[in-house]
Parts: sequence; C-alpha cells; structure tokens
Amino acid sequence: MKTSRVREALESGARGLYLAIISLAGSITLFVLAVVSIAFIVLGIGLFTTPVVLTAVARFANLRRVHAAEWSGVRIPIPYRQPPADEPPGAVGQVARCLRMLKDPATWRDLQWLLVDMTAGFTVVIFAPALVLYPVYGWVLALGVWRPIHEAGGGEWYGFIHVTSQLTASGAAVLGTALGVLALYVNPAIVRGHFLLARSLLAPTTSMRERELALRVDRLEETRHDAVDTSAAELRRIERDLHDGAQARLVAMGMDLGTIEALVEKDPAKAKEMLAKARQNSGEALTELRDLVRGIHPPVLAERGLGDAVKALALRLPLDTEVDVELPGRLDEPVEAAAYFAVSETLTNAVKYAEAERVWVDVHHADGMLRIAVTDNGKGGAEIGAGSGLSGIERRLGTFDGVLAVSSPVGGPTMVTMEIPCELS
Amino acid sequence: MRVVLAEDLFLLRDGLVRMLEAFDFEIAAAVETGPELTKALAELQPDVAVVDVRLPPSHTDEGLQCALAARRARPGLPVLVLSQHVEQLYARELLADGNGGVGYLLKDRVFDAEQFVDAVRRVAAGGTAMDPTVIQQLLSRRSSDQPLGALTPREREVLELMAQGRSNAAIAGQLVVTERAIAKHTSNIFAKLDLPVSDDDNRRVLAVLAYLDQGR
Repeated sequence: MKTSRVREALESGARGLYLAIISLAGSITLFVLAVVSIAFIVLGIGLFTTPVVLTAVARFANLRRVHAAEWSGVRIPIPYRQPPADEPPGAVGQVARCLRMLKDPATWRDLQWLLVDMTAGFTVVIFAPALVLYPVYGWVLALGVWRPIHEAGGGEWYGFIHVTSQLTASGAAVLGTALGVLALYVNPAIVRGHFLLARSLLAPTTSMRERELALRVDRLEETRHDAVDTSAAELRRIERDLHDGAQARLVAMGMDLGTIEALVEKDPAKAKEMLAKARQNSGEALTELRDLVRGIHPPVLAERGLGDAVKALALRLPLDTEVDVELPGRLDEPVEAAAYFAVSETLTNAVKYAEAERVWVDVHHADGMLRIAVTDNGKGGAEIGAGSGLSGIERRLGTFDGVLAVSSPVGGPTMVTMEIPCELS
Repeated sequence: MRVVLAEDLFLLRDGLVRMLEAFDFEIAAAVETGPELTKALAELQPDVAVVDVRLPPSHTDEGLQCALAARRARPGLPVLVLSQHVEQLYARELLADGNGGVGYLLKDRVFDAEQFVDAVRRVAAGGTAMDPTVIQQLLSRRSSDQPLGALTPREREVLELMAQGRSNAAIAGQLVVTERAIAKHTSNIFAKLDLPVSDDDNRRVLAVLAYLDQGR
C-alpha cells in the first residue's frame, strides 16, 4: 500500500514533467505555426500549409486524449468533423480540406486549448515533478550544501525559509519532507487536474454534440430509406420469380394432368409420355423454388448460422477458399443474413471480376463487433462507387451501422473488410 | 427390411410410408421430431433410417445431428438423409467416419420410386447413395485440375455415377452399354486418378469422394 503510493507519486511526477515539457514546447510551436499558416491563407500558401498544421494540432490533441484516458481515466471525446467520402484529390481537394477544417468549430477549440495548455496547463502540471524534486533539493541543502552557498555570499531561500545556518537548513529538509509527503497524496490529482482542464476545452460542446446527433439522424434516415427500397425491390423480384417460374410450371403440370386423364384410356402410350413431362415440370418447379429460397434466406444459414453458411458457400465456389471462423455463438438473424449476403456478393466479385485463384475469408467477433475480411489474390482495382456491387454491400451493411472498407490497388490483392456492431447470443 | 422414418411434414411422411410399404419394407416407426427419432433408433435397431435434415423442435439440422449421433453410438448404422437442398458441408459430415452405409439425397429423388428404393437398399447394404448434385458440384469445382481433365467425357459420366454409389451393372444399365465396357472405363478412371482398385462398391465410392474432396 505504502510502496504503491510512493510509486504512484513518482510516476505522476515523471508524467507531469513530460506533460509540462510537451505542453510548453508542443503547444507554443503548434500555436505559432497555426496562426502564421492561417494568416498566410491570404497569400495562398496558407491554403496548403493550414490543413497540414491543423492535422498536426488534432494529432497533438489526440495524443493528449490518449494519455488522459490511460493515465487518469479521463475520457475526452473526439469532436472533429469526418471528411466527406467524395473529397476530390489534388489541389482542389486541398482547398476543400482547408475550408472544411476552418469551418469545424473543433479546430478553433483546439487552438484555444493550445493557448490554455501552454499557460494554465503547464502551470498546473509542473507542480507534480516539482513536489518530487524540490524535497530532494531541501535535503541536499541540509546535508551541508547550504554552507558553501552561504559563504560565497548567496542568500539561498528554500520555500519561505532563508537558509543561513544548519538550523534553517534542517528546517528546509523538514519542509522538503513535508512537501514530499504532500506529493504522495496530491501528485496523481495534479496530473488528473491537468487532464480535466484539457477536457473542458477539448471535449465537444453541447452544440457540437447536437450537430453530431443531427448528422446521425440524417444517416439513419438515409439507411432506412435504403433498407425500405431494397426490401421492396426484393419482394418484387420474389413475386416475379414465383409468378414466371414455379407457378407457371405448376399450371402447366395441372394442364398436362388434365390431358393425361382424358388420354389415359384412349392412348396410354401418349399418356405415359405426358406423365414423364409432368414429372419433369414438377422437378423443375422444385429446383426453381429451391434457388428462390436460397436467394431469400439460405437454408444452411437458418440451420447452422453464419460460420457454417460461409463455409458451405466457400465449398460451392470454383476456386480455392480458406475460411476461418471464430464465432462463439449465433448472431441476430437480420445481421446474420446481411453479413452472409455481403460475403456472398464479395466472393462473387472475386470470382467474376478479380479473376482470383485463391480467397481467404476471416470471420470473427470481438468487443461487440463482427469483423469479416475477404482477401483475394486477383487483379485488384475494385472501387466503391456508383453502380458497383460494393456500394450495394455498403448500403446493406449501413442499415446495421456497419461499415465497409476496400483496399484494392491495381494489380491486387483485394481486401474487403466489413464491420458490423452486434452482440452474440 | 425394417425402416425408421423421420419426416415432420405429414403429407411427405405418409407418402414415404406408402411408397416403402409398396416395395415390401417394414416401417418400424414413422416419427416427426428429433428426440423421437433418437429414441426410435436406439430402441428399434432398424436396418436403415430415412431421415429428413430439418426436424422439430429446433427446425434446424436436428435430423442430421440425430443421425450423426446415432452413427457414433452404433458405427455403420445405415442412414439415408433427405433434404430440401443439398450442401456439400453436410455430405462431408456424413461421409467423415468412413464407415459407409450413408446416403444424402434431395427430396425430389422420391419422384423416381424405383431409383429411390434402390438407393435405400444400397445404403442398408452398407453402400453409399450420394445425390448427383453433390457429385456435380465436386466435379465442376475440380474440373480445372489435371487428373480430372485427363478423363474422357464418357469416363466423367461413369465417374459421376460411380460416385453416387452405383454398381457397374447399374451404370451399364443406365448408359446402355455392356458391363464389361464399364469395367474397362472404371479401371481407366482408377488408373488416371491414382485410386486403389477395390471390388467393394462402398470402398470404391469413398475412394472417389476422397479424391474429389482432397486438398480442401
């Protein structure tokens, strides 16, 4: 208990020293650079340097967020606006990026924080190392160092004590010890205080949070529309397939049976021939129904869940597939189906367009997140964009707040990663 | 020959009972749920079990699981699994113990009563009856591989029927050629695929399937 407290105080002292140095050096440098860069926007150069500097500022702030969470358990949410998916590349994009960052209230909050960090932030946190190091100096004085200083004419002060004799030097040691003891109790609090100060400026404000909620509502509305559209289209497809396929075949079969009834005595040979045709029709109707069922909800998925359904899917592919599944339970049915069809479409792409020879599928669940990676050794060049199957998969996953990431340099390999937040049952 | 039948849809169960009885099978029990099936298989010791994959109460692959469990308890217990759809995954699970006496067919196969009954008899005798769909999928998957590519179209046809579990006589009947011609084809196939020659029908199928399945 006692040693852990000492260790904690020393650790906080070291962290305090580190924080003091970076808040002074880092914040001043970045603040000056940011101000200069923003001023240079008038000259044009600023348009190109500002995004770089502001990104560095955000990184610097994020580093502090990490330290706050790891060292003092202070969680500081990240308020930055996400770049839009269609930000153009090159110089135009650079300007768009610059404007987006300048319009983001989080940027101006960051700059405010830099000012506070280099002054108040520094002042607060420097006490932590000071409370560790200053007692050492007190003892050093008391051990005799006060004498040469005094004899050289130095009027040495230790805190409020003017050290001129062994008695006052011993007083300095006592005061130092008291400060050391104080450090044991307040050092972690000092570091925490520094982070709380940072949080008051770095955390999103109420209006920023409201904006974030509004964005989320927009996104939900969009995905809901997509979901409704997709399922309506799906229903139309099913209706059409039933009508043109199985239903028509059953009607034909009924007609054949009627004819057979009439023929059976007059022309048994002809009747037998038609019976064979009727049987063939019923078999084909079954095949069509089976394909339709597989398209709506694959039977293996219903029977075994996502893992085995993906394995069964891999067995039907005309290429070498390695499937690695780590799912210690079943997923919710809608999520399971969405994930299955997403994997199915991705694999179809790999076969059809990527000309791949091998595919690796990795399915696992951790920290409330289903992660699926599909990698192929094909020719790459896949993109999420209008009309591509990947956008369809993205929309499908979007309904469940899932995301899709594609890495597919020309020449391959293609790696499609999907993440869906969900729980196992 | 005593049969235990498990099928949850009344119409199909009734139809299967009538069909099997017409071909002189004795229906020891016709049940509709997984637990009933497990009980019937343990108590009645039938010669063959005809089982639907999907059974109550779970309506998942309960029938298949019961069949696999029963075969673990009594190795080689002949089981013919029927399904509305065929999955290679399930076919592999059934064949995994290498004991033979298994079948896995689409429900549509009951349309052809004689072929279906033939499959039941084959399974009961310790042979194999694999649905053509399973075999075709396996063959098409590996069509680019060298040894399979070396087969003539006729040999591929024979291989397909052989993998379903047909005997040389049956294959000859179906392809309308002499049994001697089939014997020649099969020995060519065995040589090209580097499979051990065996007289036993069941071993023959397992060898073919193992070959088709290798490297997976």
